[in-house]
Amino acid sequence: MEYVIEMLGIRKEFPGIVANDNITLQLKQGEIHALLGENGAGKSTLMNVLFGLYQPEQGEIRVRGKAVKITNPNIANDLGIGMVHQHFMLVDKFTVTENIILGKETKTGLKIDLKKAEQEVREISERYGLAVDPQAKIADISVGMQQRVEILKTLYRGAEILIFDEPTAVLTPQEIKELIQIMKTLIKEGKSIILITHKLKEIMEVCDRCTVIRKGVGIGTVNVSETNPNELASLMVGREVTFKTEKADAKPAQSVLEINGLVVKDSRGLTAVNNLNLDVKAGEILGIAGVDGNGQTELIEAISGLRKSESGSIQLNGKEIRNLSPRKITEAGTGHIPQDRHKHGLVLDFPIGENMVLQTYYKSPFSKAGVLNFKQIYQKAKSLIQEFDVRTPSEFTLARALSGGNQQKAIIGREVDRNPDLLIAAQPTRGLDVGAIEFIHKRLIEQRDNGKAVLLLSFELDEILNVSDRIAVIYEGEIVAIVNPKETTEQELGLLMAGSKQKEVGEQTNV
Amino acid sequence: MSNRVKNIIVPIMAVILGMLVGTIIMVVTGYDAVAAFTALWNGAFGEIYYTGEVIRQVTPLILAGLSVAFAFRTGLFNIGVEGQLIVGWLAAVWVGVAFDLPPVIHTLVAVIAAGVAGALWAFIPGLLKAKFRVHEVIVTIMLNYTALHVTNYIIRTVLSEKSDRTEMIKGTATLRSSFLEGLTDYSRLHWGIVIALIGVFIMWFLLEKTTRGYELRSVGFNQHASHYAGMNVDKNIILSMVISGAFAGLAGAMEGLGTFGYASIKGGFTGVGFDGIAVALLGGNGPIGVILAALLFGALKVGALNMPLEAGVPNELVDIIIALIVFFVAASYMIRLFIDRISKKGVK
Repeated sequence: MEYVIEMLGIRKEFPGIVANDNITLQLKQGEIHALLGENGAGKSTLMNVLFGLYQPEQGEIRVRGKAVKITNPNIANDLGIGMVHQHFMLVDKFTVTENIILGKETKTGLKIDLKKAEQEVREISERYGLAVDPQAKIADISVGMQQRVEILKTLYRGAEILIFDEPTAVLTPQEIKELIQIMKTLIKEGKSIILITHKLKEIMEVCDRCTVIRKGVGIGTVNVSETNPNELASLMVGREVTFKTEKADAKPAQSVLEINGLVVKDSRGLTAVNNLNLDVKAGEILGIAGVDGNGQTELIEAISGLRKSESGSIQLNGKEIRNLSPRKITEAGTGHIPQDRHKHGLVLDFPIGENMVLQTYYKSPFSKAGVLNFKQIYQKAKSLIQEFDVRTPSEFTLARALSGGNQQKAIIGREVDRNPDLLIAAQPTRGLDVGAIEFIHKRLIEQRDNGKAVLLLSFELDEILNVSDRIAVIYEGEIVAIVNPKETTEQELGLLMAGSKQKEVGEQTNV
Repeated sequence: MSNRVKNIIVPIMAVILGMLVGTIIMVVTGYDAVAAFTALWNGAFGEIYYTGEVIRQVTPLILAGLSVAFAFRTGLFNIGVEGQLIVGWLAAVWVGVAFDLPPVIHTLVAVIAAGVAGALWAFIPGLLKAKFRVHEVIVTIMLNYTALHVTNYIIRTVLSEKSDRTEMIKGTATLRSSFLEGLTDYSRLHWGIVIALIGVFIMWFLLEKTTRGYELRSVGFNQHASHYAGMNVDKNIILSMVISGAFAGLAGAMEGLGTFGYASIKGGFTGVGFDGIAVALLGGNGPIGVILAALLFGALKVGALNMPLEAGVPNELVDIIIALIVFFVAASYMIRLFIDRISKKGVK
C-alpha cells in the first residue's frame, strides 16, 4: 500500500464560486508533500475537506486505500489526521499540558490527572525533539513554542498524518530552521506530512513532492528533486514569474516628504523615533530596512497621523503636516497601505465595495449633501476590482470573505487610485504569494514612474533590495545609513540593521 | 440557503417554537390552549377597539426597538433605553404642562423636548465611552436607576406639590386624536404611531443612505480602520449614543403625550425600554424587522389581557411566551444549525 491519503477528483463549491475543481492529491507514507497555490487558490478549502469541515460535492477520499467519508473533524482525528492551524487554537491562560490534553483529558475519577498528562506530554516531546515546558502558560511562550504545542496536540491525539497550514508565516528565520528540523524528525518517526505553503524556498528545502493548484483547479504533482523554483512558480501562477523586479532607473525630482528631527514616543512612553531625518523624493522608492521594533511602526504612524509626535517637523510638499488629523494628512496627498490590513486597512464586515471608498465616501461623486450615491460607489469598486485583479464573487461580498492576497490587492487598489503624492507601503506583501507580490511590486514601481514618492517599509531584505531606489537603514529610531541597493549586499545591510559599523558607513554616505 | 432568507426564517421559527412551548406549558398545567390562543387573538384583533389598543401599545415599542437597534448597528449596546425613555416622558409632560403654545406646535415642541432629553441622558455614557473607554452597558444600567429616581423627585417637588403625579398636559400638547379614537371605537390610539413610523424611516435612511450612517457603521465595526481612514471615532461613538437616546426619549413622549397625558411617580421601570431590546433582537436590528417584532409583542401584550376573561388563562402566560420567544431568538444558533441540517438533506 503506497498512499496513506488519496483525495481523488475533489470538487467543492460555494455560492458563486468553485473553490476546488477536480483536485487530486496523493500522499505517500513517510513523505513531506507540499500543497502549493496562490492566496485564494483553494488550498485551505481542500484541507478543510480532508479535515471534515467541508463536504465535497464530488470526489473520493481514501485513507490507506479505504474509501472514507469524513463528515466532521472527530472522524479525521480518528483516522489519524491532525491539523496544525495557521492561527493557533490555544487557550492563552492554560498551561501547555492543559492545552494539549484539552478534550482528551486523562482522568482519575472526576479529577484530571495532570501529573500523568505532563509525563505523557514530556515523553512525546522528547521523542519528536519538540522541547517545550509542559507547565508554562501559553501566554508566556513565544509564537514558535506555541506552534510546537499545536504540533504536540495532534501527536497526543495519535495523528499519523499531519497537515501544516502555512506554518512558517508567523515564525522568525531561526524558528523556521527549527521547524524544518522538527518536520524531518517526524518523518523519521514514520509520520507523513502535508505542508501548505506558497514559499518556494521551503518546498525546495524539505519537500519530496509537490501538488500545485491554481484558481481552484489541480495542475498536477511534481517531484521536487526534478524541478526548480522558477518552474514551481510558473506552475502556480500560470505564467513566467520574475523574481527580480524589472525596473528602469529612478528619476528622482523634488522632495515630497521631508522629515527633520522627528521624535516619537511609543505606547509605553519610551522614545521610539529619535531625532530622525529623512526625505523621500518624487519619482523614487525609498525603502526602510531595519529589524522589527526599531521605530518603524511609530515613524509610519506619526507620518500618517495615527500617533502624535513629540517634536520635529514632517513636511509634505513643503507643507507642515505633523500632528494633523489623519483626514487632513490624507487630503494633503498621502496614501497608506497599512501593516495590519485587518485592523487598519479594511472594515471586514463591510462589503468590499464600501471598503473601496473608506477615505473618500464624503466626497463627490460618492456622496452629495451627505447622502451616499451607491451606484457611483459600486461602479468605482467594480472597476477597481477589475483593474487590480481582486478575486471576489462580487463587489457586494463582505471583505471578510476574501483571501488575504485579495484583501491586500483591494487596499492597494484603493490607495493607488487616489493617486497620492506620497504612498506609504508598510509590509505590503506580508503573507502573500509570489504572483501577488510581483503584482504589488509592479504597482509600486508604476507609482514611482508616474512621478510619485513611495515610502516602503519591509522586514524582507529581498523586497527592500529589489524594489527600492534608495535604502534607509533604521536602528533604534534613527536613520543610521542611506545606501544604494545596487552597491550594497544583504550582508552589509544585515550589519547596518544590527547597529554595527554604523559610524563608518554613515560617514561614507554623508560625504 | 442565503443568509438573508435565514435572517427572516430564524425569528419566525423562534416565534413558532415559543408558542409551541407555551402551548405545552398550558396543556401540562391544565388549561385549554386552543381557547387561550383564540382569546389572545380576539383580544388583539377581534374588535377594532382592540386593534387600536395594539397599535397604541406598538408605538413606544417601535421607538424603543429602534433605539436599541440603532446603537447595536453602530457597535454599541444601549441597555439604558428604559432610563432615556423615562427622562423623555418627563420632559414631554413638563413642556406639555408648563408652556402655552398653539396646538400642533405645542405637541411638536414637547415631542422634540423628549427626544432631546433622551439624547442628553444617552450623551453621558457616550462621552464616557469615547473619552475613557468606560463600557456603555454598565453606565447605561446605572443611569436607568438614576433616571427613575431623579424623575420621581422632580415630579414630587417641582412639577407637583408632593403629589404622586403631575397635572394633565394642556390640550394643545396632546397626541390624542378624537378622529383616531372614533375610528377605533374609542381606543386610546393616538398620532404617535405616525411619529414612530417616521422614526423607522429616519433610522433606515440615516444608517443606510447617508455619509454619517456610513461613518457610524464603520466605527461600529472597526474603530481602528475608521480612525485610519480619517473618521473621528470619539465623535461617532457619542453621536451613536445620542441618536439612540433620542429614539428612546421619543418612546417616552408617546406615553407622556399620547397614552397617559401626565407623568406619575414610578415604583419601578415601565419595561418598555427592556422590551425594546427584545424587539430589536427579534427584528434583527433592521427597520422593517423592528416594526414587525413590535407589532407581535404589542399584540401579545394587549391580547393577553383578554385571556383571563375569555379563557380563564392567567395573562402571565403571555409573558412566559414572550420570554420563550426571546430565548429562542437568543438561541438562534440552534435554529440556524437545524435549518442547515434540513437544507443540506434537501440538496442530497
